[in-house]
Amino acid sequence: MTTLAPPPTTSAPVNGSPMPRRIGTPLRPRDFGLADVGILVASLFSSFLLVWVVFYQLTLLSGGFGFLVCWYGSFLTLYWTVTSQIIDRRVATDRVFSTLVITGASLVVGIVAFIVGWVTWKGATHVRANFFTKDMSHFSPADPHVLNKIGVAHAIVGTVEQVGIAAAIAIPVAVVTAVFLNEVGGRGTRLVRTVVTAMSGLPSIVAGVFIYSILVETSLSHYAGFLASLALFILILPSVTRTTEEVLRIVPGGLREASLALGASEFRTVWSVVLPTARSGMITASLLGIAIAVGETAPLFFTAFGNNNMNPNPLHGAQQALPLVLLDFVRTPQGALVNLAYATAFILLSLVLILFVLARVLGRPRTKKAVWRARLRSLTQRSKTSEIDLPKNVLMMSATSIQKESP
Amino acid sequence: MILFLIGLFLLIQGFPAFHVAGWSFFTSSGFQTVGKTKHFGVEASLYGTVVVAVIALAVGTPVALLTALFLSEYAPKGLRPYLIACVDLAAAIPSVIYGLWAIFELQPNVVGISGWLARHVAWIPIFKVTTPKVNASLFIAGLVVGIMIVPIVASISREVFSLTPPGEKEGALALGATKAAMIRRVVLPFGRGGMISAVMLGMGRALGETIAVVIILSETFQISPHILQSGGSTVAQLIAIHFGTGGPLGTHALLLAGLVLFAVTLAINLAASAIVSRSRSGAGVDL
Amino acid sequence: MTSDDSLSLTRGAAGLVATDVCAWFGGRLVLENVSLGMPRSTVTALIGPSGCGKSTFLRILNRMHELVPGAQLAGSVELDGTDIYAGRLRATDTRRHIGMVFQKPNPFPAMSIYDNVLAGLKFSRIPVADRDALVEMSLSKAGLWNEAKNRLRELGGALSGGQQQRLCIARALAVGPRVLLMDEPCSALDPTSTARIEQTIAEIADDVTVVIVTHNMQQAQRVSDTCAFFLAAENEPGRIIEAGPTDVIFSNPNDARTMDYVHGRFG
Repeated sequence: MTTLAPPPTTSAPVNGSPMPRRIGTPLRPRDFGLADVGILVASLFSSFLLVWVVFYQLTLLSGGFGFLVCWYGSFLTLYWTVTSQIIDRRVATDRVFSTLVITGASLVVGIVAFIVGWVTWKGATHVRANFFTKDMSHFSPADPHVLNKIGVAHAIVGTVEQVGIAAAIAIPVAVVTAVFLNEVGGRGTRLVRTVVTAMSGLPSIVAGVFIYSILVETSLSHYAGFLASLALFILILPSVTRTTEEVLRIVPGGLREASLALGASEFRTVWSVVLPTARSGMITASLLGIAIAVGETAPLFFTAFGNNNMNPNPLHGAQQALPLVLLDFVRTPQGALVNLAYATAFILLSLVLILFVLARVLGRPRTKKAVWRARLRSLTQRSKTSEIDLPKNVLMMSATSIQKESP
Repeated sequence: MILFLIGLFLLIQGFPAFHVAGWSFFTSSGFQTVGKTKHFGVEASLYGTVVVAVIALAVGTPVALLTALFLSEYAPKGLRPYLIACVDLAAAIPSVIYGLWAIFELQPNVVGISGWLARHVAWIPIFKVTTPKVNASLFIAGLVVGIMIVPIVASISREVFSLTPPGEKEGALALGATKAAMIRRVVLPFGRGGMISAVMLGMGRALGETIAVVIILSETFQISPHILQSGGSTVAQLIAIHFGTGGPLGTHALLLAGLVLFAVTLAINLAASAIVSRSRSGAGVDL
Repeated sequence: MTSDDSLSLTRGAAGLVATDVCAWFGGRLVLENVSLGMPRSTVTALIGPSGCGKSTFLRILNRMHELVPGAQLAGSVELDGTDIYAGRLRATDTRRHIGMVFQKPNPFPAMSIYDNVLAGLKFSRIPVADRDALVEMSLSKAGLWNEAKNRLRELGGALSGGQQQRLCIARALAVGPRVLLMDEPCSALDPTSTARIEQTIAEIADDVTVVIVTHNMQQAQRVSDTCAFFLAAENEPGRIIEAGPTDVIFSNPNDARTMDYVHGRFG
């Protein structure tokens, strides 16, 4: 089969009389065969030996981390050299790049797993029931049974209240802002969006300092839990707004037009169609915002301030919070407190993880089409009654807004 | 509106400190706000902030971009959502926990390298060490902050990369490009604007990071190029550590420092959003 | 040793032979036992209704099929006797020997016209002795030289749709392919541009074997030497119903379904 190809052949059975023909086994062609695996393993192994000899025997270095770095570096070099000798440079570059990319991603996953695993391993075993019921007011370093008499209940209460209040203010404001950005539009949009973007990069400590400077420094208030809520509000507002806006944006425009065409007002459309459709996404956005707020520490110095006693009143007096108490434990290392510190870290991380997982689970879209259809149906019934009340007005509204929407 | 208020209030509250120190606030260091000789400023802290941010970017950016490329180009379809969730989770882990992990787990493993560098490549000025210890250094603080900014940079870059027109990628592959060549010639040029702004946002975060730095870095007010040696200061750390210790003038000074930090990060973030909205890949991306 | 040596062939057009090609998407068989010879220096048209596996088959011919997640295949495709799936050739080398032009013109918008033509060589790091000459030759072959010679530094995206598609052809030709696959290259273009590209196909057919997927019966009749008719019955994979010289397929096919299709009675 060199110069002349065979005449075109027909392969299929003619006129539907199925001849049983053997079909080849499905394959995914790969350019990474056994020989390539060999090169990879050989490079790994020989670079390991090389670095082991140089690192531990010749230069007498120590430390596993440094060894890994050197091993990895010489492995890449060796792998590239060998591959470019055996195959060619392009393939070698491609292989080394793939290796780098995979390593980068594994590093991130590895670090996350390491941190979560480490905190769990260190903390979970030290958690005692009294950590959830007692505060730090009976702390005395000399007492051998001190761990049974203290706890972080005051911090848990503080965190829940501060974050709860912050979320209660931030979520409605964020939803209104997002609706304004996405549904209403107009001249202010650009400005608001820029401000939201800029706010999202605001260092958390600046938010705390700001609240301090307007309320505490001016003697309008003293340290209190709700000041922390205000600072956290500033911090989570932009992220919740942005995520909510993104969710609103993917609500199909056809759905809005359908609702408007049914005679619903613009407000009604947003309220009964757009927001419910985007609900799962908005829940995700809010929970992620809350998860981040739970872990914020820096703004609390200047607002909640911290306290060793239980203070359930967020409006008056210094209040403790989980990340703040954890930072205290870390900065003033006292033998007895180490276990409590690990346990606190575990409690804090669990809280964040639970919120995070909840956000993922609740945010998973159900069968969206069915949901939309149900929404539209309920809307038809409702708008039929309202049509009787003010048909003209509604029709005009929908006409204008349709004009606005379609360019 | 809030932003404007923040700037205004910090300006008003910081002014008394500025009145005392004048422009020397930016050219002196330390925090001596009570007693007869008042001497305070943010010079060393600003320097430390920048050093930490630069180290963080040097460490975090490559890892973040590689991760973003893995997520958008290499990851198997079934694995992708879990990996993305994992990166998001990394962004949600509280910084105090990063700090805790860093001081107990990361630092003991890294001081070995610091020490080795200090002994053997000290002829490079930044690796020279004049203190007996190599822990609690700007380098280690930068390393932790670098790990913390990875998820931010990675998730924005991933979003940008995934917007690369599939037709262009196919076109490159059909010409016989390897995956690496395709990424270098098509995906990276397309995502350049988004990448730059992602890195700038990461930098903003690195500049403002407080808690991890407070935990790791032992505070000293000296401007030294030797990043491996113990001690240093950042603006955020200055505010956090000295809050409530320096009398009324001290508070004003810290608020002024907060204003400085605020202005720097605001400028960087605005620049980032301007870059992304002007780039080819930026149209569909929201920061 | 470079990978080019593994295909010890001279340049110039080459024949393609597909034998018992099957294709799956996520476990679903979409193409069953397709065998087809595409002789050297001819134009082969693949025709048939939408969803019958023509494009899938085309993408199997230069190993683009495997880029789709979950795609699998079986069978063999021989380029002048060398099986591109037997493991001796890499996908990237295969694609350099067998170029492809897509339905939607996809020049690299951030590169100049000049750089677009040289893109394939740059990707593969192949050194070129005379870049200008190669650019002129490729653009001339694709019939774009006269329109583009004074604007080589402009961006590829600045051209009109038809010109962009010819730029893509020039880009594919610059690598020196032996076969050029075209996936409905004219479906996004106006009649004038279509005529221009058909002319280009006729001009390059000596240097490079062309395989073209088209929905346009007249186009198939005009440009191709041989023709293969694909059809997929409902819930069944696509198969070749009939293949042969174009004039036979269009005037006197063996199968009634072919007759119906080429005369626009279904599909």
